[in-house]
Amino acid sequence: MATTSMATRPAVRAINVGVYYGSNKVIEGVTMDMPENEITAIIGPSGAGKSTLLRCINRLNDLIEIFRMEGEMWFGDFNLYAPGSDPTQIRYRIGMVFQRPNPFPKSIYDNIAFGPRINGFKGNMDELVEQSLQGAALWDEVKDRLKESALSLSGGQQQRLCIARALAVEPSVILMDEPCSALDPIATLAIEELMQELKKTYSIVIVTHNMQQAGRVSDKTAFLLPDENRVAHLIEFGDTRTLFTNPTDERTEAYITGRFG
Amino acid sequence: MLRSDYERDLSSLQADLAEMATHVEQATRRALNALETQDLALAQQIIDEDDHIDQLQDDLENKCVTLMATQQPTAIDLRALMSAVHIGVELERMGDYAEGIAKICLRIGDQPLLKPLIDIPRMADLALTMLDESLQCHANRDEWQARKICQDDDAVDDLYNQIYRELLTYMLQDPRNIERATYLLWVAHDLERIADRATNIAERVMWLVSGRTVGTGSMKSDRSLR
Repeated sequence: MATTSMATRPAVRAINVGVYYGSNKVIEGVTMDMPENEITAIIGPSGAGKSTLLRCINRLNDLIEIFRMEGEMWFGDFNLYAPGSDPTQIRYRIGMVFQRPNPFPKSIYDNIAFGPRINGFKGNMDELVEQSLQGAALWDEVKDRLKESALSLSGGQQQRLCIARALAVEPSVILMDEPCSALDPIATLAIEELMQELKKTYSIVIVTHNMQQAGRVSDKTAFLLPDENRVAHLIEFGDTRTLFTNPTDERTEAYITGRFG
Repeated sequence: MLRSDYERDLSSLQADLAEMATHVEQATRRALNALETQDLALAQQIIDEDDHIDQLQDDLENKCVTLMATQQPTAIDLRALMSAVHIGVELERMGDYAEGIAKICLRIGDQPLLKPLIDIPRMADLALTMLDESLQCHANRDEWQARKICQDDDAVDDLYNQIYRELLTYMLQDPRNIERATYLLWVAHDLERIADRATNIAERVMWLVSGRTVGTGSMKSDRSLR
């Protein structure tokens, strides 16, 4: 049975969230609090709706015509799906990092400055770029080559650049959709270390099919599993330590011990 | 968890084991003291305080399980965690032997001891030195010191056999001595077991360092008559 934690104030709260693509229901009845300044991991087998659920948080699924969500998604006191709320504004506050690093084919500097410029940022852009790169633990590696193409960076650096780019528009939540799946173990470790730093300032929700990563980095873990009709349910949600040492649901146990999925 | 936090947790295992070992050593020395002075209140206190050693072992085990479940330790890290769990079990059992000696004190009550304690304190000194050295060689990852500890167990076994033979003579001399002689034999047995467990810790250190299994009994000759 899904449980929710009320120990820390939630940054994002899903209440009975269900998702449809056309007439197909893909997620049913997900209720969970993603706490502030913590890392919440969403794990589950392929097709369990992990990314779909994550994309509900910054309304990225709105771009899919046949998408429909029921239930509620709250960001602090703000109802993300209230009529009239602006998805673009939401995405500034709830940043996202994707599976493959996707820097713009521009300079390192311009990758960071792009969002703030569009946003009408009036402050000191050099400072903002430095702060953002510092925040993503990339500054020392790129400070002498800010005008070089972002595509000249390694995969791990590109991913940290994407994190810096997300930080530049001053979000409070960062969503990460399998941010390390295209990276080697060393670059993965760098991102995982960075996440521990970032959570002091931001709240993080990460989707990962690498459950060892969820075990290593997260404070809370949510386990999603599709039923025989391919409708995903939240099977278990709780403290990562407990979920990985003594899960309450036998399906969670079977999944994390590699017995299926 | 930050990698540095993981490293810190791994190195804290040594301190956790050292704390357990200190409690075991104190409990054993105080139990011997309670026996010599026939201090029943002290004996009861040692029995009560064994819960604390059990709690330390619980905490250590939970820490190790969490690290294994969430951090995927490999190679030397994995062996360090497995060793810590094993050594925690050995220390917890040693604590039980100290408690066992305290229980014997209560059974003896105010009956006079059969004989003055001479070889039993010597056995205790040897066994506790082995315990101390086994923790040292664990801290230093010292395979050679570990081998030496396994050999030291022979001296404890020899003392135990000597005590056994001596107590037998008391029993043969006068069957009314049997009960009190048996109590002292039990004390010697508890000490012999403590030394054996220290040997197990040393064997665990050899495995930790080399990754090769050293079977129980392969390093020590076990000359105790049991």
